[in-house]
Amino acid sequence: MRIKIPELSLVVLIGPSGCGKSTFAARHFGPFETVSSDFCRGLVSNDVNSLEVNDEAFGLLREIVRRRLKRGLLTVVDATNVRSESRGGFVEIAREHHMLPVAIAFDLSADLCIARNQERSGSPLPKHAILNQHRDMRRSLRGSKREGFRHSYVLRDASEVDSAEIVREPLWNNRRHETGPFDIVGDVHGCYEELVELLERLGYALSMDGTIEPPPGRRLVFVGDLVDRGPRTPDVLRLVMRAVSEGKALCVPGNHDTKLMRALRGNQVQVRHGLEASLSQLNAEPAEFREAVVQFLDSLVSHYVFDDGRLVVAHAGMKEGMQGRGSAAVRDFALYGETTGETDEFGLPVRHNWAREYRGKALVVYGHTPVPEPVELNRTINIDTGCVFGGRLSAYRYPEGEVVSVPARCEYAEPIRPLGLPDPRSLSPQQEHDDLLRLDDLIEHGSVETSLRGRVTIRSEHLAPALETISRFGVDPRWLIYLPPTMSPTETAARDGLLEHPAEAFSYFERQGVESVVCEEKHMGSRAVVVLCRDEATARLRFGVVGQGRGMVYTRTGRPFFSATGELEEFLATLGACFEKAGAWDTLESDWVCLDCELMPWSAKARELLRQQYAPVASAGEAMLRRACELLEQGARRADGELDEDLRSCRERLGNVVRFRSAYRRYCWETQGVEGLRLAPFHIMATEGTCHADKPHSWHMAMIEGIVRRADSALLVATPCVEFALQDKEQREQATGWWAELTARGGEGMVVKPVSFVAKGPKGHVQPAIKCRGAEYLRIIYGPDYTRPPHLERLRQRGLQRKRSMALREFALGLEGLDRFVRREPLHRVHECALGVLALESEPVDSRL
Amino acid sequence: MLLEISTTHRPATDLGYLLHKNPARVARKSTTFGDAVVFYTEASEDLCTAVLLVDIDPVGLVRGRGAGGDGAFDAYVNDRPYVGSSFLSSAIADLFGTALNGRSRERPELAETAIPLRARIPAVRCQGGHGTFELLFGPLGYAVDAVPIPLDEAFPSWGASKLYELTLTGQVRLCDLLRHLYILLPVLDAAQHYWIGESEIEKLVEKGRDWLSGHPAKEFIASRYLRRRQSLVNRALESLATEEGLLPEDEATESATSSSEERRSLNDLRLESARAALLERQPARVIDLGCGEGKLLARLIREPSLREVAGVDVSLNALEAASRRLNLATAPSHVREKMRLFQSSLLYVDSRLRGYDAAALIEVIEHIDPLRLPTLERVLFEQVRPGRLVVTTPNVEYNVQWESLAAGTMRHEDHRFEWTRAEFQEWAAAQARRFGYTVEFRDVGPVHPETGPPTQMAVFDRVAVGEVGQE
Repeated sequence: MRIKIPELSLVVLIGPSGCGKSTFAARHFGPFETVSSDFCRGLVSNDVNSLEVNDEAFGLLREIVRRRLKRGLLTVVDATNVRSESRGGFVEIAREHHMLPVAIAFDLSADLCIARNQERSGSPLPKHAILNQHRDMRRSLRGSKREGFRHSYVLRDASEVDSAEIVREPLWNNRRHETGPFDIVGDVHGCYEELVELLERLGYALSMDGTIEPPPGRRLVFVGDLVDRGPRTPDVLRLVMRAVSEGKALCVPGNHDTKLMRALRGNQVQVRHGLEASLSQLNAEPAEFREAVVQFLDSLVSHYVFDDGRLVVAHAGMKEGMQGRGSAAVRDFALYGETTGETDEFGLPVRHNWAREYRGKALVVYGHTPVPEPVELNRTINIDTGCVFGGRLSAYRYPEGEVVSVPARCEYAEPIRPLGLPDPRSLSPQQEHDDLLRLDDLIEHGSVETSLRGRVTIRSEHLAPALETISRFGVDPRWLIYLPPTMSPTETAARDGLLEHPAEAFSYFERQGVESVVCEEKHMGSRAVVVLCRDEATARLRFGVVGQGRGMVYTRTGRPFFSATGELEEFLATLGACFEKAGAWDTLESDWVCLDCELMPWSAKARELLRQQYAPVASAGEAMLRRACELLEQGARRADGELDEDLRSCRERLGNVVRFRSAYRRYCWETQGVEGLRLAPFHIMATEGTCHADKPHSWHMAMIEGIVRRADSALLVATPCVEFALQDKEQREQATGWWAELTARGGEGMVVKPVSFVAKGPKGHVQPAIKCRGAEYLRIIYGPDYTRPPHLERLRQRGLQRKRSMALREFALGLEGLDRFVRREPLHRVHECALGVLALESEPVDSRL
Repeated sequence: MLLEISTTHRPATDLGYLLHKNPARVARKSTTFGDAVVFYTEASEDLCTAVLLVDIDPVGLVRGRGAGGDGAFDAYVNDRPYVGSSFLSSAIADLFGTALNGRSRERPELAETAIPLRARIPAVRCQGGHGTFELLFGPLGYAVDAVPIPLDEAFPSWGASKLYELTLTGQVRLCDLLRHLYILLPVLDAAQHYWIGESEIEKLVEKGRDWLSGHPAKEFIASRYLRRRQSLVNRALESLATEEGLLPEDEATESATSSSEERRSLNDLRLESARAALLERQPARVIDLGCGEGKLLARLIREPSLREVAGVDVSLNALEAASRRLNLATAPSHVREKMRLFQSSLLYVDSRLRGYDAAALIEVIEHIDPLRLPTLERVLFEQVRPGRLVVTTPNVEYNVQWESLAAGTMRHEDHRFEWTRAEFQEWAAAQARRFGYTVEFRDVGPVHPETGPPTQMAVFDRVAVGEVGQE
């Protein structure tokens, strides 16, 4: 016997103990596919026969079944199931998850079951128990037709059991192996002329005999509602039916299509909403055609899953949990979507916007609800642009993501609810939806998937402080498309008296297999991310931000850079003028840009830190050490050389404090609003359509240098840099000399990067940048006296591994966020990347590295 | 770190006997935080000056001195090596321990005698301005000379520093001078290098035995010394009082604290009003949005009529404090089951916040950036959507009633705005209209005829029709 079961089914085995269910299951199904009541009894009691624990064992069994079905896995229930009420529970569970219930009964003789049961190791069941089970099964099977199983099979003797063969059949909606490309056409509603025009626009050739010739490799998919309201329903049907029969098109049914089918079959339906048009047009056709229409419409499958689950087409949409499944509920959803049970002011049922809740990975293309413009929301797109109501007929090209439309020739039907016009000043549905972010959508399962490094784990104890920081101090999430990674210093310098030196940076990259590096002067200011739009209209269109100006400047922890009112606006206006003057918008082919920068002076952002920490240390140090030197000089005169060493050391320390003071002063100057600020961009992170991490640093540097030169403004400064091959000893020495010169002048030092923005060596990903700071600058980090030998010796002990691992993970998250933003993904997908960077930053790592 | 002690007592060289440090020699000692040296710059009949110099190890402060020990400070850039602070107190105890205890083997009666003494510290950090010196040292009979040290002469716009060169001159016993310094240097500085624990009470009681209970600023001293850990403060004050055989006086010592007293009672009043407003309509489940350290929750958890009391805050510190306040770790199971405490943010949709009969939003909105307020409004009224919502916020008009609050400044440094009554009522009425609520306003605290109450409250009730504003 061939037992056909749908690939997405819940198979319920029925039969008394000893009938051979478990042996059968083991032969035909995978080891995890079968969930047995014996096994569950064993799990909760250590005894597979213990009847006392039935409740708990079955509770567990149902839970396992539920979780498997939720994930769309075929599952076999191995329990006696001899009573219809116990089977009914499983039919219910299958329905909940839109899986198909299948029953396989083992109607063998009671004697055989008893005999087999006796052979079992352990304690066999008493004979009468098996007889009871057998009787219950026989009795209940008589009525099993009504139990709701999609298929029921009965195996009547041992040889039937032995010879049975299980055939798993894919569901009709499963077209996962078909990868396209597809042209998916919205609701046609009898608008034949527009359909023909659209197909021609899409490159399909129509021959005189009514066949269509697709462009090579392409296929049509209709989202349904071919019929009703419009003028030429029969012609539309003829075209689509022929294309489907020739394998050139696929079609899912719409609610109008199924209603027409029922009307043609003579079922009682209310003839309205344009059905009357279809019926009268079809009445003029031969009866055979009407018959063919009924057959065609009847053959349509509720929805299709294409391209390994990446694309779903359904008339009214498809929730994630229903995709690829089969049940009456799935079909209903595909045809009608969901309604809230309320009606609107036009008497139409209020549709529940399932797309708002949709978080699936598959792109769902659907129609059903006429809209003035295709509506993209959370990886769904509604392409019913209301052709029959005088709108347009649209097609979505997959995988290109383009929408091609033709206008309606006229308004064939008056919409009950006005279609409305697209409002150029309003936010997109996705932007409106993104006005509120849900916590549940952020960092699901404790990780963020990145294209650079795969899954980046974010631990909840790190996420909590990140959520606090971003909520209390963060900028509006819509601006927060990127947070820069932390940067590791070099390994501790080999040579005496220094903590950091370029030699270690060069040899690191050499070890990692990097051939060429770029050295950039490290400006000492504050890290700043600048998002700048050409104008406020761009801010609204691209960022969905209204009334908050044309951009944002934020720190590496996502806090606004400017706090005084008007400063941000002034800064952005000045920078915007620079971009205009430099023609940067044309060069970048974008109306917005995200820049990674250093904003100087340090004192602009760090003023409080300077006031509270740095300057007082210098002042207290100078006051105390000056006095100490005086006293030691006096004391030394009395102490017969015993205080000479103290005096020498005190003078050294006073010198260190004076150097410390001048070290921080170099990075401070007075500013007045934007006056005095210097912005040194070093990465053009992203512009419209592109994240520029695919370009080498030389591109970034040249692009920025060009803008800076043409803008000719006091605000913008370029970053001096040199690029060279690590093998070139001479250039290496020159670069080292340059570093020495920079730091001798009081510069912070330099940053060494692989020439390509994202570098991967034989040992994996390479640090995107290594900083190499000067000896004087490091007094600001490690204190005035860090150069004293006993201090330096201890400070040289520092571990970089954690810092470097963090840098790589943050780098991956930062670029992932930008990629998602550039791809116009929902805001929560962008936001979780920034939140992830902040969470990683809350890991305890030596902050001086 | 540097301390000079001079005397003009004759013979001044007796200072060496009192300090137990021979003026002819250099004394050295290694302390836990650095190497100390004591030497004399002058030792004559007329004048004797002893110097205590400690070279604090700044790397040790961060990394700890011993193997595996954690440092007490996070910053290498630290003023501790230079200023007279609690480290100096420790050094005094280490180097001048005998003198600090008032003993002298050679000159026992001189140790008991008030002599002319001068102490000079080249840099102390003083929290609270110049007046603090007089407040602390004046009542003890010193002439105080505190010379401000500039912050950075290259940047006058950065303002003044909190650093002073301090000279104290007076006719006191040496042990008293040392004890005063021992207690009052950390009080001036308002930061200690060690963790405040039980043993600090003992130190305070022991070193302050003879003088602190009579000091007019004793509460201020105790609370600063014990870094405002209130329970320790009270116990310290009790211990001091029993030393004297007295109960601690329950009176405000200065105007600054009287206003904070007033604010404390306003806080109680506010919580009481919020509790009452929340409970008016017999809710079963209530939630405190922005519960802070759980003071309102503590009142609500005692209500037998409530089936569930939830508290959320975005601040992890606040949640930890609330958990401690409510003793959740050790509470009986029925209390723990009734109470839910978790982190959430009102700028995100969180399904756990839905379905409550009543919600409180006490002194929260003023901490939200005005640009983010629209998000809060939607989350609150459209998503959390409690049956009743009680919102309080400061009434900025009332601020003039507080003398200690400088004109134009807000009540808390994290406040992003403070509203007048008209502003708050306009906002609240707009929310009610938009989201299907009714709203009424109540005063919290003493109502001033012109400025109104210090705190304003809005009580929102959801209008019972469907889900208005859901679309």
